[in-house]
Amino acid sequence: MNRNNGNAYLDMELLRFTTAGSVDDGKSTLIGRLLYDSKSIFEDQYEAIKLTSERRGEEHVNLALLTDGLRAEREQGITIDVAYRYFATPKRKFIIADTPGHVQYTRNMVTGASTANLAIILIDARKGVIEQTKRHAFIASLLGIPHLVICINKMDLVDYDQKVFETIKKDFQGFASKLNIQDIQFIPISALHGDNVVEKSTKMSWYGGPCLMYLLETIHIGSDLNLVDCRFPVQYVIRPQSDEYHGYRGYGGRIAGGIFKPGDKVMVLPSGFTTTIKAIDGPEGPVKEAFAPMSVTMRLNDELDVSRGDMIVRENNKPQTCQDIDIMVCWMNPRKMNPNGKYAIKHTTKDARCIIRRVHYKIDVNTLHRIQNDFEVGMNDIARISIRTTQPFFIDKYQINRITGSVILIDEATHETLGAGMII
Amino acid sequence: MLRYNLSHLRELEAESVFVIREVAAQFEKPVLLFSGGKDSIVMLHMAVKAFQPAKLPFPLLHIDTGHNFPETIQYRDNLVNKIGARLLVGSVQDSINNGRAVEETGANASRNILQTVTLLDSLEEHGFDAAMGGGRRDEEKARAKERFFSHRDEFGQWDPKNQRPELWNLFNGKKNLGEHFRIFPLSNWTEMDVWQYILLEKIEIPSLYFSHERECVDRKGVLLAKSEYIKLQDGEKWKKMQIRFRTIGDMSCTGAALSNAATIEEIILEVAAARQTERGSRADDKRSETSMEDRKKEGYF
Repeated sequence: MNRNNGNAYLDMELLRFTTAGSVDDGKSTLIGRLLYDSKSIFEDQYEAIKLTSERRGEEHVNLALLTDGLRAEREQGITIDVAYRYFATPKRKFIIADTPGHVQYTRNMVTGASTANLAIILIDARKGVIEQTKRHAFIASLLGIPHLVICINKMDLVDYDQKVFETIKKDFQGFASKLNIQDIQFIPISALHGDNVVEKSTKMSWYGGPCLMYLLETIHIGSDLNLVDCRFPVQYVIRPQSDEYHGYRGYGGRIAGGIFKPGDKVMVLPSGFTTTIKAIDGPEGPVKEAFAPMSVTMRLNDELDVSRGDMIVRENNKPQTCQDIDIMVCWMNPRKMNPNGKYAIKHTTKDARCIIRRVHYKIDVNTLHRIQNDFEVGMNDIARISIRTTQPFFIDKYQINRITGSVILIDEATHETLGAGMII
Repeated sequence: MLRYNLSHLRELEAESVFVIREVAAQFEKPVLLFSGGKDSIVMLHMAVKAFQPAKLPFPLLHIDTGHNFPETIQYRDNLVNKIGARLLVGSVQDSINNGRAVEETGANASRNILQTVTLLDSLEEHGFDAAMGGGRRDEEKARAKERFFSHRDEFGQWDPKNQRPELWNLFNGKKNLGEHFRIFPLSNWTEMDVWQYILLEKIEIPSLYFSHERECVDRKGVLLAKSEYIKLQDGEKWKKMQIRFRTIGDMSCTGAALSNAATIEEIILEVAAARQTERGSRADDKRSETSMEDRKKEGYF
């Protein structure tokens, strides 16, 4: 048994990754394989899918059944929403955002990708790079995922042929040079038979790289967060109504970027007042320094008027304060975007309203071409738009900071989340 | 740069604290659902951290089936007293007495499903607009699709196919009158994470989780503890066993597991080696393949 044993592993790292693939390229099988081979599947879960596989007359135990949670999905054999899966090895704990790959589900891929450090993209070795592959890679790049792993799957069906692997790799690299992704790796696998998934395959001696699990366990994620630009969106003001803590004011929040220390000179936005940090309380008590993504309580040396939605930053490294913002928006609702519409908007801990000023272009996610003769933004469309907010926001570019660079648009009547925006 | 890495437990904790504070900030009248089980204990532990040195800005709500282990109630009352929280109790017995719920009959009768009625009634009675629960996505396949902020319509129902997308850490708690939210701060935790965190933070937990001797009956592989709520069927008899509970729920449906684990460390080793999910011993989940999805749609925890 190597499922995460006990105390020795209190100090593991967490890696969040997302998987994308088209309907038949074996994504669910790959996840099932990772869970099964890392012994994260329990007997009762395995028994249940074994029974179902037998009842359906399938030859192998269908590991894909592990990931299909809702009744409609099992009935129709499809994945309709983002599902989260968990497994751990002695080295790391993993959170998988498993998203469906069909064209109508761009919004789910965007959702799954928004919190991921790494994306796995599956390519069927028999089909090579297809439109969906390009779409998935584009979304990974748009959402600022730092690491991309391209798994060329079903190598067993092409006789584990190195030439097939190399051709697909070259194809993909040609396309990916247009994208903004720091780190791309390629692995030839067979999810069905387990080649190069958890153990290195004996059938592809020509492949000198690591198997997928080894890569997931060792890929360097320590520098994925922004530790340079100090950003602390104030989330909740803590004021104990007791004599013991008379006059106490603490600012609760999650650090969105940079490193803060007691004694640091800071500025509070929007007021622009400066002061110094008196103390920072972390989960285990006072800390000497606090960094993203810690949730802390900060106290300041001067009594200022600070409330939710304000941001504590460094005087010499401020975000941009503005009301006119350009974003790439992914539309997530069947009702189309109103080109002059007013929407509620959320940015960090700040709520406001905004108006759509202009649609610049839409992006054809399959070719990356700009569409400049159709400005109608509907479900699953990705478009560059300009908005004006009712209050100034303290923003960074999404590529610099995913937390201070992202917004969501909300319908003012139904309160549904309509769009996800990345600040350009 | 290594020293600026958080361990997985501290990162999960930071995420949960963020979610709990977001609830206090976004909702007018939130409540924390407290069952006395380990997940709600961990959730409460982090809620206390999120607002200290101030008191919790919301009360706790316990849905009491009337079939609780006495150890759970005692633990609950001690803890509430210690942290100075306000506790509300919604009673399934009251729901039955006033005709809102009908007691199940038969050999495997349980008040588990009836809790939904009492829960929804309690939320409505107090006007709560957000209820935090200790549910985790790794528990069950229908839960794997649950959001941190899960929207419920005016009937308390969950529509899994029409959930709001949830991106980055932007949680949308906006709603219309009469609707409410279920919030799951522990969404990304696994059973192992919960136990490791209990060890790391030295959190006190009910004695039921540790190995002890108890009279039980083996009913189709589920070990049920002796109580006035379990009636023996033909051929069954009580037997003394060395057991502990992996989950704590209603006495009528929470199964025990044979175990000698007497410390948190030993429990962690046992969980690491376990070949059955913790809910594998819950008779309520065995009713059908989609029983959790069905119950959740109706408004279950």
